[in-house]
Amino acid sequence: MGLFSKSGGSGGFREAKGDLRLQEVTKSFGDFTAVDNLTLEVPRGSFFALLGPSGCGKTTTLRMVAGLEQPTAGRILIGDTDLTGSRPYERPVNTVFQSYALFPHLTIRDNVAFGPTRRGEANAAQLAGDALELVQLSHLAARKPAQLSGGQQQRVAVARAIVNRPEVLLLDEPLGALDLKLRRQMQVELKRIQSEVGLTFIHVTHDQEEAMTMADTVAVMNHGRIEQMGAPEELYDLPRTTFVANFVGQSNLASGPITGRDGDRIVAEVNGTQVAIPSSRCAVDSGEVTFGIRPEKVRIHEQRPEGAGSDVQATVRDVSFTGVATQYQVEVPSGAVWNVYEQNLDVKPISVRPGDQVWLTWDPAHAFGVPVDSDAAAEALAAVDAP
Amino acid sequence: MSTIAPQSGSRSHGGAAYRPSTWRRVQSWIAGHVVMFSALLVLVYLFIPVAYTFVFSFNNYRKSNIVWNPQGSPTLKHWKDPCGAPGVCDALVTSLEIGAIATLVATILGTMLAFALVRHQFRGKAASNLLVFIPMATPEIVLGASLLTLFVQGFSRFGLRLGFWTIVIAHIMFCISFVVVTVKARLQSLDPRLEEAAQDLYAGPGSTFWKVTFPLVLPGIVGAALLAFSLSFDDFIITNFVSGNETTFPKFVYVSYLRGIPAQANVIGFSMFVLALLLVIAGTLVNNIRKPKV
Amino acid sequence: MSAFAHAAGGNAAVTHQDPPARRRSWATWLLLLPGFLWLLVFFVFPLVQLFTVSLQSKYPGYPGYYYRDVNFGNYVDALTQFGAHFGRSLLFAGLATLFAFLLAYPLAYAMAFKAGRWRNVMMICIIAPFFTSFILRTVAWRQILADDGPVASTLNFLHLLPGGRITETWVAVVAGLTYNFLPFMVLPIYASLERADHRIIEAGGDLYANGFTTFRKVTLPMSMPGVLAGTLLTFIPAAGDYVNADLLGSDRSTKMVGNVIESQFFKVLGGFPLAAALSFTLMALILALVFVYIRRFGTEELL
Ligand SMILES: Nc1ncnc2c1ncn2[C@@H]1O[C@H](COP(=O)(O)OP(=O)(O)OP(=O)(O)O)[C@@H](O)[C@H]1O
Ligand SMILES: [Mg+2]
Repeated sequence: MGLFSKSGGSGGFREAKGDLRLQEVTKSFGDFTAVDNLTLEVPRGSFFALLGPSGCGKTTTLRMVAGLEQPTAGRILIGDTDLTGSRPYERPVNTVFQSYALFPHLTIRDNVAFGPTRRGEANAAQLAGDALELVQLSHLAARKPAQLSGGQQQRVAVARAIVNRPEVLLLDEPLGALDLKLRRQMQVELKRIQSEVGLTFIHVTHDQEEAMTMADTVAVMNHGRIEQMGAPEELYDLPRTTFVANFVGQSNLASGPITGRDGDRIVAEVNGTQVAIPSSRCAVDSGEVTFGIRPEKVRIHEQRPEGAGSDVQATVRDVSFTGVATQYQVEVPSGAVWNVYEQNLDVKPISVRPGDQVWLTWDPAHAFGVPVDSDAAAEALAAVDAP
Repeated sequence: MSTIAPQSGSRSHGGAAYRPSTWRRVQSWIAGHVVMFSALLVLVYLFIPVAYTFVFSFNNYRKSNIVWNPQGSPTLKHWKDPCGAPGVCDALVTSLEIGAIATLVATILGTMLAFALVRHQFRGKAASNLLVFIPMATPEIVLGASLLTLFVQGFSRFGLRLGFWTIVIAHIMFCISFVVVTVKARLQSLDPRLEEAAQDLYAGPGSTFWKVTFPLVLPGIVGAALLAFSLSFDDFIITNFVSGNETTFPKFVYVSYLRGIPAQANVIGFSMFVLALLLVIAGTLVNNIRKPKV
Repeated sequence: MSAFAHAAGGNAAVTHQDPPARRRSWATWLLLLPGFLWLLVFFVFPLVQLFTVSLQSKYPGYPGYYYRDVNFGNYVDALTQFGAHFGRSLLFAGLATLFAFLLAYPLAYAMAFKAGRWRNVMMICIIAPFFTSFILRTVAWRQILADDGPVASTLNFLHLLPGGRITETWVAVVAGLTYNFLPFMVLPIYASLERADHRIIEAGGDLYANGFTTFRKVTLPMSMPGVLAGTLLTFIPAAGDYVNADLLGSDRSTKMVGNVIESQFFKVLGGFPLAAALSFTLMALILALVFVYIRRFGTEELL
């Protein structure tokens, strides 16, 4: 086999350092556009999470960064080096595949040493040993992948990618197959590894909680586009689209026309109620708007509160006590069902029963306004009404 | 049976609740072993004529090795002189040579075809698959007859005489299809992500092939070669049509049948059987105990 | 050897993985060319030539000589004179295929599900008899089943053998065919069972409490591609075989088409055109039967 080991190899390898940039990248399969004019900048050394529903183009995006798929249009750069059109083996990028894709005919050690060996590193074995140490699997180095548990295989896949010290490490739902406990454990471990080696991580996941806890920056993707991108708390606090408002956490939404301004607030009329949204938190300033408020920001009152700013009368549909908090489902005048979470700070027993009339209030500073998106709203409504 | 005992004991306390599971266990125990038992019987059935061949290799016969000679005690003389019957060893060597050449060529050509058929997109793929399939769906006698026609009518003017090389040509032809389907199945079950992973880990097309694809397909190729060799070594019908005066081992046995097959043929046939068995078992063992390289 | 499951299905399951980016076409042709050339020159071309021979006519008065013609008379002769032989070929091959299936399935099943690490050893046990040689084993059967052999004399002693003998009857021929082509039935079935997802069978065990129902509803359908390939790989060579009829059968009542073709080629002066016509008729019959069979039982995976 040694006879052939020189073929291929690191011939065209491109050194590149810096931020990862995707410029107006589009990928079409026939007339289906999987990734649509995507522009993205990931700062060097950050932990970036890509979140989105199934089929939205996350894997396709990663595959283009890895070079396993070529974009139909647009450019992909690391630092100032344009990588568009280069082959996977020429890029300083490595992937942790969703199914791990460990080589079944090689031992764990040889799996991990594969990348360094291909690049002609003299101390490939040493590097592999170190990487296995990092994922705490040194004792299994001589085994074959089939003799490892799912979680162990996953760590080998991480080690096999990390050992190359790539500029960018792509992780495509690497934790998808693990049980909850192992998943949490691996999240901590991945985060530790990332801060230890300081590489750029791009992590694709379905699990918003995973994205929120691990990432510096989260991008929410839908239909091949990035809907919104930002720090996790920012994304949660101020969604800019209906889709994000519903996909990241839960939101109570209602649409109506903007009727005017009140200082630095925008006032809209939603189902006969005047609501105010800080203008800095409202993505539209005229016409129709979708008003939104997070469930835990809403208070529930059995009597009409005195001099409250925003209030709505509603009928209680369901009360469920979850220990730390109580979750209410209430029907607002429009017929929509809102969620309200109240922390159980008081010892008083819950006196609200299904069928009761209640009043809802919130601090207008927490409200947000997003453009009306009938598709996303319909999806959300369907989801709430379902059970 | 001991596993059932505690349960039947507890039945007296627990009532009928255990009865179905106990009954089902007995049932599945019987079912499981019935299958294994009948499988072993079929294997024995496969081996009966081999055993007969073995026994009659010790026959101290006078004229022909058909019935056991009750007068003569069993003899080792045929085992001591396996080439004693005129022509038998020549035939064996011819068969081995033909098998080796045909296996080599058919494995190479068939593997190339399999790669193209699985990994490449081209027009006429369905027709190509059909072309590979039809030789397997053609009775050997038709293959033999058509090749004989070709060699006698078409190729004799090029100076190609019936003999060793026409047998080789024919064997390569019918082995190719079997190699293709064997290697193809292996290739199709290969996870394409493994090759992507190799590329992602800096392996160019060449190293990806030699370091990942080829080692993973190799068991399929070895299996295909083994099958090709067995088919070639054992072929009689096609060989009989295209062999002219050349004699392979099966043809030797067939031709000498009327006069009585010499016991040396039994010795050789049985030895080949044991050899094949031992070679592959040894290969499997070596494969299993080989320590992973560091 | 797992290939056998696909033996009969040219383009089976190619679609489940997306094809890698289009390769350069010269590479494709380089890979295809040698193999295809071989098959064209030594398979397609000879068949065409055999077909032209089957249409030739004899020179009247010159036995052994014939001329180029388009004469379907050979086909008429083939069917009228040797209809019984065709019938026997198909019948014997069909019976042998049935028996081989009944014997092969438990063996393949045990190999796939019960044998554990003995799998490979069992696999070798199935192939290794090839090395003793088909002819030698068939001759061995002849002696074992002979009138004064152990089987026939035992059966005769028990008065269980109506005709008094086994060899020289169709029973021996069918038994020989069954025996000789059994491996070609076992291997594809084994391959398809081995490839089947064992979890599905376990799930079937949960759904249908009864083991036999699980087998009928889950295991058997999953092994269908293998069964199909196995029956074809058994039936086709068995229908064309002449060695079993020659060694185990009698001169008159058990001869198959293969025997006729063989003797027309080698023993009858000027028998080439008729032998060629017989070959093509046999092939057409087999292909027609196979076609009906695949249409009836074939899954998507086949052809
Ligand atoms: N090779 C291909 N040919 C045609 N369509 C494709 C191909 N690869 C992906 N697609 C389509 O592109 C879309 C995006 O696929 P992609 O794999 O990127 O989704 P994803 O966001 O990773 O989804 P998931 O979370 O389910 O993994 C899907 O609708 C998919 O059907
Ligand atoms: Mg994906």
